[in-house]
Amino acid sequence: MSPTSPRSLPGPDDVHRVVLPNGITLLTRSNFNSPSVVVNGYLVSGSLFDPPEKLGLAYFTAQSLMRGTQRRSFQEIFNLLESSGATLGFGASVHNTSFGSRALAEDLPLLFDVISDCLRRPVFPGEQIERLRAQILTGLAIRNQDTGDRAELAFDDIIFAGHPYGRPEDGHPETIQAIQLVDLPEFHRHHYGPAGMVIVVVGAVSSQQVVDTAQRYLGDWVNPDQQAVPVLPAVKPLDQTYRKHITLPGKTQADLVMGTLAPRRNSPDYLPLSLGNNILGQFGMMGRIGDVVREKEGLAYYASTSLNAWMEAGSWDVSAGVNPANLQKAIDLIVSELRRFVQEPVSVEELSDSQANYIGRLPISLESNAGVANALLTLERFQLGLDYYRRYADMVRAVTPESILEAARRYLNPDKLVIVSAGPALA
Amino acid sequence: MSDSILKTSLSNGLTLHLKEIHTAPLISHWVWYRVGSRNELPGLTGISHWVEHMQFKGTPTFPPSVLDKAISREGGIWNAFTYLDWTTYFETLPADKIDLAIRLESDRMYNSLFDPGEVESERTVIISEREGGENEPLFRLGEAVQAAAFNRHAYHTEIIGEKDDLRRIQRDDLYQHYRNYYQPGNAVVAVAGDFNMLDMLRRLEEAYGVLPGGTTRVNLPEPEPPLGGEKRLEIKGPGQTTYLKVSYRSPAANHPDFFALSVVDSLLAGPTSLNMFGGGGISNKTSRLYRALVERELAISVSGGLQATIDPFLYEITATVHPRQTPEAVLKALDEEIYRLQAALVDEAEIQRAIKQARAMFAYGSENITNQAFWLGYAEMFASYDWFTGYLDHLAQVSAADVQRIASACLLPENRVVGVYLATGETGDITE
Repeated sequence: MSPTSPRSLPGPDDVHRVVLPNGITLLTRSNFNSPSVVVNGYLVSGSLFDPPEKLGLAYFTAQSLMRGTQRRSFQEIFNLLESSGATLGFGASVHNTSFGSRALAEDLPLLFDVISDCLRRPVFPGEQIERLRAQILTGLAIRNQDTGDRAELAFDDIIFAGHPYGRPEDGHPETIQAIQLVDLPEFHRHHYGPAGMVIVVVGAVSSQQVVDTAQRYLGDWVNPDQQAVPVLPAVKPLDQTYRKHITLPGKTQADLVMGTLAPRRNSPDYLPLSLGNNILGQFGMMGRIGDVVREKEGLAYYASTSLNAWMEAGSWDVSAGVNPANLQKAIDLIVSELRRFVQEPVSVEELSDSQANYIGRLPISLESNAGVANALLTLERFQLGLDYYRRYADMVRAVTPESILEAARRYLNPDKLVIVSAGPALA
Repeated sequence: MSDSILKTSLSNGLTLHLKEIHTAPLISHWVWYRVGSRNELPGLTGISHWVEHMQFKGTPTFPPSVLDKAISREGGIWNAFTYLDWTTYFETLPADKIDLAIRLESDRMYNSLFDPGEVESERTVIISEREGGENEPLFRLGEAVQAAAFNRHAYHTEIIGEKDDLRRIQRDDLYQHYRNYYQPGNAVVAVAGDFNMLDMLRRLEEAYGVLPGGTTRVNLPEPEPPLGGEKRLEIKGPGQTTYLKVSYRSPAANHPDFFALSVVDSLLAGPTSLNMFGGGGISNKTSRLYRALVERELAISVSGGLQATIDPFLYEITATVHPRQTPEAVLKALDEEIYRLQAALVDEAEIQRAIKQARAMFAYGSENITNQAFWLGYAEMFASYDWFTGYLDHLAQVSAADVQRIASACLLPENRVVGVYLATGETGDITE
């Protein structure tokens, strides 16, 4: 049995990074173990450009790209892809329009051809766009009845009040209705372009093949009208605890989301907090909080924490699904765990468990092409360096109980939390 | 890529299935038991799934506090699943740490405690899991349709079980179910990854060979007679989104027609992916039903689902009804598409396309060791691994005439349940 060698992790010697003359950054890692290839990437045309009354515009535009181009109809685009067993989809987040695709390696040119066609030459056909609008609106109607989604939306809305991070990328029914057909090509003209674009290719292809293919389909793309990305406002810390319950008829269970702000991804606080978060609500069967809420009290099927760190800031939340009769009890248990977390350092044993978990799980998270592609996108997005995964084990080992406590105290105040639940009416 | 494969059995009856794969320094270890909701009796529904939960509650060697940390500490992932026909447990670990999984699984095949206090705390966890499902319109609709589709057979009930039964089941019921079905002779151990075949075989013999071979009294479900006529049902609920589910009785996985129906599924609603653990599927926007329902603005989306089962189960088509349309209009257009499959031979090229799609999905799925080990055990539960390795060949043998024949025999109104979740428009939404 071969031991886990750091050489199997992506690093500067096997990740090929080039910037094309028009500004597109291209990262490639070859893997000939399976005859497939993943092509993922993003552009800097996210929902932060959405006018508030037309929230969802970046998302709607991204969803429209495959509805028809100057060269191909909707059915022609999907016939090319599906006949080859390939997939491609576009989406939007606050900062980015992103895409994800995979195919048999022999079909790499096909993927680049279709991605390029959709990004550069979409025509936004009216009939297709109205059909898509109805689909988006139905998605929002379903979201409106989903207890978990509703709790998360309200949580983000409060914690990131007045900040683009507090707004859902897919908008609201009234803002999707307010978007005019002409808004889509306008958004495309001003925000889609090669500047800031990143493409990651992982699979049974050589880096030279990837560079040649990218150059062929995207090398001549320019957009002089592409607008620069604005600086986002700072997030504001909470001044008190906010409690909100959303009543939805016909529901049995309440979904709970509670938490606070977190640092940006490339903050030095990130790694200590990430390990702390693992101890608090992930390790084993969902960490300390899972242990108390699920294992000891049997209050919930799931109760766990997540640390979400983005470009400018992040959120740190606990979520759980509980019977409404147990909701307050669950909240009280979680608050007391959060209190303990900022009062005393985690134990050396807890930390060494989580450190071993972080280091040991890297090969699993990086075994598939999609796993490596996501890792490379993270490296590029947050400028972590191509040697990040090779340095990772040392960085994880350098975290101490004290550094976790210090970082946690900077972000987590158990007396200033956002606590949102959605479900049946409370007694 | 794949070096070698070995299938053998121990004297206590345990089947071992091993595959060397040296693409990553990982090993994935699975134990499969031939027990699921299919084997449950009225009054004890959900018991197989509950036993699965109790398998995480400790043995004398691995008490709960040790158990739930051991795998995570080594950087592994682990989980368990209960299905209609089987229950399975897996661990994927760095190759040099796999012994932990072998010790753990061989131990809990026999020595789980089923502590009464843990049984009670897990009762509320499972009820909470069920209540999370009840929040979803599609869970409620699926449960109602499944119940209507089977009268006698245990496929009548959702795997998680009836809520009344979840309140009633006792510790001794669970323990008895465990001791009866968790026997070497009723299990398959499947291991794939970065190991040497003989070393691994020796180690598995050491760990599992010492377990006594017992007999399992298998509770077989009652055979289900033909549906004998179309059934329709409607449930009402809040929200603005109406769903239609049309479920046809479908052949068992080892029936020769299963592969023809897989092709029918692929043509109608896009291919169903067999990649349960990574790799994913393919979109269905050029499928016949997408074009007939979504492109014509009768539905917002449509999907098909065909599951490989021991006994005949259901081929399900689910549509989200367009807000300006009715479920009846969607059903009418769906019936026209099915009639088209029955009336005329499909083009050979359409079948070839379904095969290429399946080939691509296998390639995606083979990128990850966990998924490869899953495949190794999965097909053993309802057929054999040959079912799996021969899958593409079997698809290639399906002719246009087979497609027409199976569509004509299976996709008939008298062979289906039509279920509607009718949204009342109520959205509630009071903020406190």
